[in-house]
Amino acid sequence: MFAKVSNDYEEELHVKVSKRVALSLVAVAALSAFALAGCGTKSSDTSGTTGKPAAEALTGSVSVSGSDTMVNLAQAWAEEFGKTNPGVMVSVKGGGSGNGIAALLNKTVDFADASRDIKPEEIEQGKAAGVDAVTTVVAKDGVVIIVNTANKVTDISKDDLGKVYRGEIMNWKDLGGADAPIVLLSRDSSSGTYGFMVDEVIGKEGKFAKATRNLQSTQAIVDEVSKNANGIGYIGLGYENATIKPIDVDGQTASVDTVLDGSYPLSRPLNMISDGEPAGVFKAYVDWILSPAGQKVVADQGFVPLTK
Amino acid sequence: MTRPSNETARRGRPGLSRAADAVVRRLIALCAWVAIVVLGAIFAFLIVNALKAIREVGLGGMIAGTDWYPTSEPPLFGFLPSEVGSLWVTGVALLLAVPIGIAASVYLSEFAKGRFKDIAKSVVEFMAAVPSVVLGLLGLAFVAPVVNSVFHLQSGLSALTAGIVVGAMSLPTIISISEDALYSVPKELRQGSLALGNTNWQTTYKVVVPAASSGIFAASMLGLGRAIGETMVVLMLAGNSGLIPNSPLLAARTMTGTIAQEMGEVVRGGQHYSVLFAMGLVLFAITFAINLAADMVLERQRKKWRR
Repeated sequence: MFAKVSNDYEEELHVKVSKRVALSLVAVAALSAFALAGCGTKSSDTSGTTGKPAAEALTGSVSVSGSDTMVNLAQAWAEEFGKTNPGVMVSVKGGGSGNGIAALLNKTVDFADASRDIKPEEIEQGKAAGVDAVTTVVAKDGVVIIVNTANKVTDISKDDLGKVYRGEIMNWKDLGGADAPIVLLSRDSSSGTYGFMVDEVIGKEGKFAKATRNLQSTQAIVDEVSKNANGIGYIGLGYENATIKPIDVDGQTASVDTVLDGSYPLSRPLNMISDGEPAGVFKAYVDWILSPAGQKVVADQGFVPLTK
Repeated sequence: MTRPSNETARRGRPGLSRAADAVVRRLIALCAWVAIVVLGAIFAFLIVNALKAIREVGLGGMIAGTDWYPTSEPPLFGFLPSEVGSLWVTGVALLLAVPIGIAASVYLSEFAKGRFKDIAKSVVEFMAAVPSVVLGLLGLAFVAPVVNSVFHLQSGLSALTAGIVVGAMSLPTIISISEDALYSVPKELRQGSLALGNTNWQTTYKVVVPAASSGIFAASMLGLGRAIGETMVVLMLAGNSGLIPNSPLLAARTMTGTIAQEMGEVVRGGQHYSVLFAMGLVLFAITFAINLAADMVLERQRKKWRR
C-alpha cells in the first residue's frame, strides 16, 4: 500500500516538480542513515574486533539473547570481555526470557539469558528439537516493587502484592496510601520477571487483573511509574533510580545484602542457558563471567554477584 | 540510461524490437501474477499455521472469546479484547485523520498558492517518512501526558492516545491521495462552475469535491488500512491490557500489537504460536473485507462519475 502511495506521487512529481523528488529522496536517505546509525551504536560496541589478536587469542562469535532485565548486564559483560579478548565478538539482544529461550530452542543463538528458570515444557520442546538446555546461574537479582515518588506507601506484604496484581485490592487507601485507584503496570508475558511474578506473587491459579497494562520493557515501566502518581510496577534491582520509589516487601528492603542472604522475599537467580555444556569460546565466556572480573561487572550494573 | 541504445535498436531492427516487446510484455504479466500469487500464498500460509489452533481451540471460540490469558494454565485465547481494542484505536484515528486530511487536501489543492503550497506538500510527504517508533516516542513524551490530564485518566496509555498518534500517521496517506484526486479534476469543471456565478468555495464543495469523491474515498480507505495495520505506536501507547474496553479512554490491546509482542516468545508449532496465526488470519480477513467493500463503493462511484 505504501509503495503505491509513493509511486503515484513520484510519477506526478516527475512531471511537475522533479526537484522536490530529489529533495525528499535526500531527506529519506538522511533519515534512514540516521536510523541505521542509531541501531549501530546500540550493538556495535560489543565487537572490539579491530584490535590485534594476541598470540593465542580466542576467536569466534557468541550470540546472546533473552531477558530484558539482564540486557544491560549482558551488554556490559560483552564490552568488558571484548576489551581483553578482541578476537571474540559477542552480540547481545533483549526481548524477554521467553524470546531468548525460544531462540535457543530454534538454534538461532548460542546463549539464552533468562531471569527465570527454564520451564519443564521448554526443556521437552528442546529435546524434541535436539537441544539439551543447560542452565548456568551467572548472577542474582531482586525484583523491586516501585511506586511514584509522591506515593506515601512504603511497605507492602507479599500477600497484599498478590491481591493488588490480581485486582482484589484496587485502591491505594487499602494499603495506607491516598484515596486513589491503583494503576497496575506489568511486563508482557514474554518477560522472565513476569513469569517470576506469576510464580511467586500471583500464584499458579491466579491471574493478572485484566486492567493491568503490559509494557514492552522494564525501562517503560520505570518511565510510566515516574510520571504516574498512582502507578505500581516491578523491575530488576539494576533499574532502580531516583525518579521512582522502591517499597519494602514484607518489611525487607531490596539490596545486594538482602538478596544474597535470601531474606528479601522476591530474590531470584539470573541464568544463562546453553545447548549442552558450554565448550570452546562459549566455555571461556561463561568462565570469565563467573570469574571475579565478570562478577565485578554484575555489581557495577546494580545486580547481585554470586559471592561477595 | 538505456533509452538511446534501445531506440537505435528499434529503428535499426524491427524484428528484434518486436521480440523484445513480447519478452517485456510477458515479464510484466508475470509481475502482475506475482502479486496475486503472493497474496494467495500468504492466505494459505496463515491457514496452514492456524489449523492447529482452529482444531484445538475453535475459530468461533477464539473470535468471540472474552479472555486473553495465553500463558496461564489452562490458557485462554479470546480475541475480543484485541478486536475491540483495534476497533477503538482505528476508529479514533479515522475520526481525526479523515476530516483533517480531507480539509487539508482541499485547501492544498484548491486554495493554497505558490511557495507555501510547495513547502506544505513536501512537509506532508516527509511526514510519511517518519518512522513509527519515533512517533511512538513523541506520543509517550507529549500526547500521553496531555490525554491523561485532560481526561483525568489513571494513565495516559490508552486507546485514545494510540488512536491520536495513529491518526497522525495516516494523515499523509489521506492528504497525498486526496490531493491527487482533487488535482486531477478537469479544469473545465471548475471554469464552468465559476462561469455560472459560483464562488471559489461553492465551486470547491459543489463541483470539485464531489467529482473527486471516489479518490477521496480511496484515500480514506488506504488511511484506514494504514491505521489498522499499525503496530509499533500501538504497542508503545495503547497500554496492552486484557480489558475489553468500552471506551477509548481505557487501556487496550490490538491484534497487531498482540501478535508482535507475543510471536517472538512462543515455541514454533505450539498452540500459542498457532493461535497467533489464527489472529493474523482474522486481521487479514478484516482488512480484506474492508478493501473489498472499498473497491465495490469505488466501482459504483466510477460508474456514477464516469471517471
